[in-house]
Amino acid sequence: MKDRPQVQDFDWMLLAIVGAISCLGVIEIYSSTHSSAMAGMQWKQLMWIGIGVVGMFLISRIDYHTLLDQAPVLYMVGIAGLLVVLAVGYSRLGAKRWISLGGQTLQVSELMKLIIIIVLARYFTEVRTDRLTLRDLAKVAVITLVPVGLILKQPDLGTAMVLVPVAFVGAFFAGIEWKHAAVGALLIALLVPLAWNMRRHLKPYQQQRIQTFLHPEEDQRGAGYQILQSEIAVGSGGFWGKGFGKGSQNQLGFVPVRYSDFILASLAEEQGFIGVCVVLLLYLGLILRLVDNAQKAKDRAGMYVVMGVTAILGFHVLVNASMVIGYMPVTGIPLPLMSYGGSATAFVFLALGLVMNVRMRRFVN
Amino acid sequence: MAPWNVGDQKIPQSRLILFSYVSAALVILLLVGFWKLQVVQSEHYADLADKNGIRPIAIIAPRGAMLDREGRVLVDSYPSFSILLMRDNPKQLEKSLPQIEEGLGISKEDLQQQLDAARSEPKFLPVVIKPAATEGDIAFVESHRADLPVLELIMVQRRRYPFGQMLANTVGYVGEVSPQELEKNPDKYKPGDIVGKAGLEKEYNDQIVGTDGMRRVVVNSVGKVIRTLDNIDAIPGKPIQLTIDEDLQRVAETDFANKEGALVAMDARTGEVLAMVSRPTFDPNDFAVRIPPPEWAALNSDPNTPLLNRAIQAQLAPGSVFKVVMATAMLESKAIPANYTAYCPGSAVFYGRVFHCDHAHGEVDLHKGIVASCDVYFYHVGQQLGIDRIAYYATSLGLGQRTGIDLPSEQSGLIPSEEWSERVNHHKWYPGSTISVAIGQGAVMVTPIQLARMIVTVANGGTLIPPHLLKDAQGLKPGSFPLSEDTVQQLTDAMWGVVNEPDGTTSETVKLQNVDFAGKTGTAQTESFELQNKLGKHLKENGWFIGIAPRRNPEIVVAALVQGAGWGSSVAPIVRDVVKAYYDKKNGTFVQPSTAQNIPPSATSPSLEPVSGAQRP
Repeated sequence: MKDRPQVQDFDWMLLAIVGAISCLGVIEIYSSTHSSAMAGMQWKQLMWIGIGVVGMFLISRIDYHTLLDQAPVLYMVGIAGLLVVLAVGYSRLGAKRWISLGGQTLQVSELMKLIIIIVLARYFTEVRTDRLTLRDLAKVAVITLVPVGLILKQPDLGTAMVLVPVAFVGAFFAGIEWKHAAVGALLIALLVPLAWNMRRHLKPYQQQRIQTFLHPEEDQRGAGYQILQSEIAVGSGGFWGKGFGKGSQNQLGFVPVRYSDFILASLAEEQGFIGVCVVLLLYLGLILRLVDNAQKAKDRAGMYVVMGVTAILGFHVLVNASMVIGYMPVTGIPLPLMSYGGSATAFVFLALGLVMNVRMRRFVN
Repeated sequence: MAPWNVGDQKIPQSRLILFSYVSAALVILLLVGFWKLQVVQSEHYADLADKNGIRPIAIIAPRGAMLDREGRVLVDSYPSFSILLMRDNPKQLEKSLPQIEEGLGISKEDLQQQLDAARSEPKFLPVVIKPAATEGDIAFVESHRADLPVLELIMVQRRRYPFGQMLANTVGYVGEVSPQELEKNPDKYKPGDIVGKAGLEKEYNDQIVGTDGMRRVVVNSVGKVIRTLDNIDAIPGKPIQLTIDEDLQRVAETDFANKEGALVAMDARTGEVLAMVSRPTFDPNDFAVRIPPPEWAALNSDPNTPLLNRAIQAQLAPGSVFKVVMATAMLESKAIPANYTAYCPGSAVFYGRVFHCDHAHGEVDLHKGIVASCDVYFYHVGQQLGIDRIAYYATSLGLGQRTGIDLPSEQSGLIPSEEWSERVNHHKWYPGSTISVAIGQGAVMVTPIQLARMIVTVANGGTLIPPHLLKDAQGLKPGSFPLSEDTVQQLTDAMWGVVNEPDGTTSETVKLQNVDFAGKTGTAQTESFELQNKLGKHLKENGWFIGIAPRRNPEIVVAALVQGAGWGSSVAPIVRDVVKAYYDKKNGTFVQPSTAQNIPPSATSPSLEPVSGAQRP
């Protein structure tokens, strides 16, 4: 038993996987943008990774128990931040998501992801039961849905959706009753397709509003066009890919936001099915490694923290990859560590910092 | 230890392991999804990716020129620019319209109409908003590349008819391939192709049409050309040389300046057409761009039928020219002695009806009957021969059937017979009708080119020359209907008399020095009173003259028809002019008629100068 947590206790295996994914991301960002007006984007991404790594070390230093102690305060701060965004936030591409912080813009909703992990970890630990009652579940729902609602108002359906799996995964490990889980799953299974189909019965202008709501970033040609172009990129890549910098869909700009939300389509086109296998298996490795950390956590609180992070990252990968091959609608959920984006990349490293935090303290009393 | 963190700290290991398995299963599901796209359907998507990024741009091949027999250009092509409007960005398009209307001088209604018409077509197909861009238009597009990216220039090849209306009905015109033609030849044509629609343009379309080339360019998602992938040059169409002699054509056209009718001049030995005129006519340059629907309707419904090539399509009564056929039938059948004479008091009664002659010719033999064109003489001949014998000789000399000239839509005319009467009129032939037929009236209908060939056949002893317009025409087969030496001699001498004897119908007005010029006049009533009523005016008789030189084994034949001329003798000078021009050229003394330069190009014809100012390959 050691007295102090050591940096040597970092999960270096996990970090190697993270490094590999980040590298592939930076390379693909370079390939997607080097011949365009956005050339040089990979350096910005590298900078964000650097900032993220520093943040990861910093956050690993603060005992997660201390963070969980402050959960109510953090929650209040997060909610307040979201309200500020709605009141005075930056509007970019038709959605209010950013607030200015010392010259840099910051997406508060990314911060909210971290806070919800901590808050729910604290809640599930405190419930101290193997059988969640409906009352417990209702509390979980309220805690989760308040920020979800605020983020939806920005509007940012993608990030809002991402908070939900933290609650589900937490409930799963806290001992949700099978009948509750079954009813919940059934409700979702019924509601999602119903909501999706309802939109066809709306008037054109209403449909347009929903379309804009679902993906406000760029809807010049409609979501169907984006998905189709993404599928063409993926499919035309074939088994071996067209080669680095040689994907026509990618290089000629047919792939929508090819350096960010659709970066997996760019990679699939240029590196082929082989490249996709490598990337998805790296992500699977990442998730399995996270689960391993959860298994070795010292207490349930640590396990909830790690699995909260796992839930968010896994959900990102699942939804993003499904979108790229047309299995899910375009919702603006980036691929963690690969898609270009400052706040999103920083979030992943901070979340990993929480994981390291838990791991470093597994032997500490 | 914080109060919230007390109690059971057992980690739910089995649920974590279940979570791992579910994660692995989901990744495998995703990989199956990628496998489907990237391996199973990869060819399909590769195809789509190519279609996305590679845009084929047709390089239009110019149609081959048409040259006259001496190699002078009668029809050619020139490069020109069309302005295209891209429609794949509706917002930008909407925004740009007012500026385009002003800059290119297109009315708002016109532009909107063109856009509406293209609504059902795929959005990536642009609309041609200006088929023949002027220099100013091109400058406008070039200078607004940045703020009006919806405009694009393409080079096209446009047909040019330098002489406007001259030879128009013979060369025909071009136009966009029709949906029906497309349906019939889906491999040969693609939408928007320019094809020959009439005349030689249609007849020899396959020879003069080139093979369009193709430039494949890589475009990005907003349609900007990034680079050229490859370039297949267009193969220009091959020129064709015609038998037309521009000089003779010009002489004939000048003489027809204000007349209605047709003329065909041929080399009487080979059937090569030296000149072919049809009036009224049109300017094929009007069709080379895009003919506005109202003008097209006007051309088509014009009762003067300017689109009709009268030299091969006008089916009219030959009048007295038909007497040559009658004489041939009389001599060759020997049904009537060669020295048969009749007395002409100025009219005669057959089957209870009075038939007139324009003079009282007195005692008339065959020679005088032709020279002075005595109707009464041929009434008697016709009565004795009977309709079927007349029909046999007329048909054998090539009348009432197509000559097979290399032009589309040649008409056959009609030679009546007993069988025809029963088949078409459902009654027996009235012998009285034979009297009219004997002087080329009644049901007889011929085309100018048939008459030209008929006269040559009589003069050369029975060879039916094959009329044609392509200089190196292959596989021409002259017809044969051998005539006796006596017949040829008698008839050619008589036709010489028409021109050169004092009592000839041309009153010695068209004699040519040192040229053995012979011919036959004809004056025919226009058979259709309905047409006259439609035009609201009384038409004078049609005048014919078919001239040959020399009288035996002629070198040249010229058949002219002037509608409403009154008398055939007034048509003879036109024929004389062309024959004279032929001999002048042969002797090296030909001078262009001074009025030749004054053939005005149609007022609506576009600028014949190729536009400049933009790059052209």
